[in-house]
Amino acid sequence: MADITPGQAYGFFTDTSVCIGCKACEVACKEWNQLPGHEPAFGDGYDNTGVLDAENWRHVQFIDRVPDEASTAGQGKAWLMMSDVCKHCTHASCLEVCPTGAIIRTEFDTVYIQPSVCNGCRDCIAACPYGVIEMDKNKGVAQKCTLCYDRLQGGLEPACAKACPTQSIQFGPVIELRQRAEERVNKLHDQGVTEARLYGADESVYGGLNAFFLLMDKPEVYGLPDAANAVLPKRNNVGGYLTTLVTAALGVIGGLIALRRRREPSVEPGAPPPDDIATPAAVPAKVGGDAS
Amino acid sequence: MIGLAEAEHFVRGPDWTWYILFYFFFAGLSGGSYFLSGLLRLFGNRVDEPAARLGIYVAFPAFLICPVLLTLDLGQPLRFWHMLVNTTPGDEGPIFKYWSPMSVGAWALVLFGLFITVSFGAALVRDRVIRVRLLDSAAGLLDGVRGKIWNLVGALLGLFIAGYTGVLLAVSNQPVWSDTWALGGLFLASGLTGSAALLGWLVHHRADARASASVFVRFERLFPLLELALIVVFVLLLIPAGTLGQAFAFPWILLWLVALVGLLPGLGGLVTSRLTVTGEGAVAVASTRAIAWVSVLVLVGVLALRAAVIFSAQ
Ligand code: SF4
Repeated sequence: MADITPGQAYGFFTDTSVCIGCKACEVACKEWNQLPGHEPAFGDGYDNTGVLDAENWRHVQFIDRVPDEASTAGQGKAWLMMSDVCKHCTHASCLEVCPTGAIIRTEFDTVYIQPSVCNGCRDCIAACPYGVIEMDKNKGVAQKCTLCYDRLQGGLEPACAKACPTQSIQFGPVIELRQRAEERVNKLHDQGVTEARLYGADESVYGGLNAFFLLMDKPEVYGLPDAANAVLPKRNNVGGYLTTLVTAALGVIGGLIALRRRREPSVEPGAPPPDDIATPAAVPAKVGGDAS
Repeated sequence: MIGLAEAEHFVRGPDWTWYILFYFFFAGLSGGSYFLSGLLRLFGNRVDEPAARLGIYVAFPAFLICPVLLTLDLGQPLRFWHMLVNTTPGDEGPIFKYWSPMSVGAWALVLFGLFITVSFGAALVRDRVIRVRLLDSAAGLLDGVRGKIWNLVGALLGLFIAGYTGVLLAVSNQPVWSDTWALGGLFLASGLTGSAALLGWLVHHRADARASASVFVRFERLFPLLELALIVVFVLLLIPAGTLGQAFAFPWILLWLVALVGLLPGLGGLVTSRLTVTGEGAVAVASTRAIAWVSVLVLVGVLALRAAVIFSAQ
């Protein structure tokens, strides 16, 4: 791979059509980033990692489509495998909401959480639409894939891409990767694999993902929101504040009505004097001007 | 809110639980009480001043708890000040992101803290709890027009503190929270309901504040109506998003029921007597215990509403 130059956008092109689910990427990531990982949990399938979290910055998803009673050969569609990772979104929800400035865009156009700045408020966790970030309970800060920031600074490609034996994970300048992805998807379409599609390679999803994918099914199947659902948290600012403002106005009006009404006499015949119920003796003659 | 199609959510919950629940609760009470106090001073009679001070005596301790809860909730509590100061190497300095409600809220809390602390001190001086000649003249600085401006800005800040927490939840990608823009208004209305109920009880414990009791009875009827309207809007917005079932699933439905029960005293009063205050005022003086129970019921409802919203989404 050529020189890694600051100022250029780098990322991953993950081609799920050639992923074999070996998890070399997961192991390489843990090894380089010194992530202890969890006890593997063996369930119904081959996915013993579960989810992306503070300990798993790569997660190989196994989407089981093996029919209970095999009637066909499966035609290679029985399992969908995808090595999931932080998408290093161009318009990143996590970076948008982070109140401390801990989440930054690096000189390689990747999204990085500075552990020394993060205070563990977890707003980014509520924001990331891909469920990528989790709190590191020991360090008390939010954690996720750094796209091997330290390796890039040293001119090395990320550990996962280096370890991937099938080139399912390809690292490089985003412009170059997009071209490569376009060629690959066209080739698959020519071969009749019409379900192949790119996700995040154009601007329709969060302005483009620096870590984008070639998928073999709809994005939702892989736990990825489609373009219509790829929305930023700040979309609710205007509506949220406006409703609060209208409510505040109604609260003030309600308060004024309550204050005004006490000057009116009671309409109920025979009822005790309406209000105020305090006797004159209970009311101080002077209460100290316009106190604050 | 993303239109009429059902929303897809693949996000992880932020684990905002007890500290945040109680922060939202006390922020609602503090902001709501401070607002009501300002309202009484700006638009009430002179006889409302003792009740206005009572509002500040409630708002101040409720406010003091807020930063403690927020700090304890952080993964790195000693870095609480990072909310205000960016420590990124090469980019050091104050940080304010108007599009991030958490950032706006952090600054608003600082400003509100200033207002509420000064108001609290002034109330103590005027109530002669603190007797220092110098402070007497300092408190006098808040007389006249200056006092009115102070009360106006403070009341607006109180409204903001009571409501922005709902906007904070909405500005995310969480199911339920981000599927509606009604949460800011809902939390504000519920903060007002709770504050009115609490102060409506406390005015009976300060002789010179009883003059305002009837005003609080009316507050206690009107604000629950506003809250109920916002619950309806909240529900209507969750239907197209497809997350209504999640928000009202068991056991959260029980919390919603508690929240609705908390609205009943006020709404019941509104239905039976509208805004006329007759019998209640007289009874209230005789039986503050009943009012205390109603107040507790309303406050539990305020807490339950926030718990239902916070926990059902994560
Ligand atoms: S995938 Fe999530 S964590 Fe990664 S950049 Fe996008 S919003 Fe941030």
